[in-house]
Amino acid sequence: MANKDLLFQYCLRLGDTHNVLSHRMAEWCSNAHILEEDIAMTNISLDHIGAASAWLTYAGQVEGKGRTEDDLTFRRDERDYYNMLIAELPNGNFADTIARNFMFDVFAKLYYTQLMESADETLAGIAGKVIKEANYHLKHSSQWVVRLGDGTDESHEKMQSAINEVWQFTGNMFEMDSVDQTLADAGVGVDVTELQDSWMAIVEDVLEEAKLTHPVDEFMMTGSKQGMHTEKLGHMLAEMQFLPRAYPDAKW
Amino acid sequence: MKSIPSKDEVWNILNEIPDPEIPVISIVELGVVRDFAIQDKNIDIVITPTYTGCPATNFFEKDITTELIKAGFTTVNITHQYNPAWTTDLISEESREKLRKYGIAPPDGHTSDKNFLLGKDPKVKCPQCKSSNTKMISQFGSTACKSLYQCNDCLETFDYFKCI
Repeated sequence: MANKDLLFQYCLRLGDTHNVLSHRMAEWCSNAHILEEDIAMTNISLDHIGAASAWLTYAGQVEGKGRTEDDLTFRRDERDYYNMLIAELPNGNFADTIARNFMFDVFAKLYYTQLMESADETLAGIAGKVIKEANYHLKHSSQWVVRLGDGTDESHEKMQSAINEVWQFTGNMFEMDSVDQTLADAGVGVDVTELQDSWMAIVEDVLEEAKLTHPVDEFMMTGSKQGMHTEKLGHMLAEMQFLPRAYPDAKW
Repeated sequence: MKSIPSKDEVWNILNEIPDPEIPVISIVELGVVRDFAIQDKNIDIVITPTYTGCPATNFFEKDITTELIKAGFTTVNITHQYNPAWTTDLISEESREKLRKYGIAPPDGHTSDKNFLLGKDPKVKCPQCKSSNTKMISQFGSTACKSLYQCNDCLETFDYFKCI
């Protein structure tokens, strides 16, 4: 692959991850247990759609075929989506959402801190923007992990079960293929394998405070970099893409 | 035929455009307008979004275009610049006072302050009764840029403009 194609693919994956997670968070709108949390969920959704917009717009520019963020969002099928698997996991109960977001938020904080040093000015610029929002997300999700984990018997049980369920999707965040490796070697991308120890340390710190544990030596799901997903993504995209596919170029 | 506004006049026009969510301060005071270049009847404007997903961005882009076309330009080209990232440090003391009067607690200090760098919780004063005895209700308030607080003395709830 030429450098341009690598960079396109790299930005596409980031854009897809934020976009899909944003959609999941938007599904909480009007469903959270208290008004403040409903607003928090949708605010986080907005931040992710903002990040997705920045990444997909840049991906489209790099590709140079005139595709916009909307083209990339609404006119690709499931097998052409490259989001991290963790982003597409259904919301489940509130603890499931918090567990999923927490694992990703720790990753995002570490990842974007590194990406700010990218040799590509646009990548570094977007990272500098996203990191500020990522810090707030992590604060929000980690506080809930502690509150639920160290809460009532029922909240503890639900939080623990959520951590156990999401764990198999965390390894996927640290996978590298030739796209990642080439860009990391060029100082443009991040070598995510180097983030894994710090990620584990932060996760274990919070889990300890929450009186929770995590599974050990579990099988890790993989496939997102080849467009292989859980069965949940297709259903989500069907709903998300229905309108622009049924009424192409519809305007508000 | 209408003459094209000068650079200063353009700044004045932009300074009249309010932030759609916080109408007491303009988009210039908010630090959203980075720069612009005038060429004949065309103007290229560089803006920096406050939050990546801030829905207000679309609104003030429309306002910018409308106002500048009214002023005599034929094309208004708006581009986004992320680097250096927007920060609340760009909001002047004068604008912070306007926020306070409007009922929004302004950002506590600057991103270069020691407390911020150490990740300490901000000291948020109630914009109504000025008491420092306040508590955070939710990190996410009515818009992406604000948190929800409550004053323990006058019991009023209010928005706090997050320091980022």
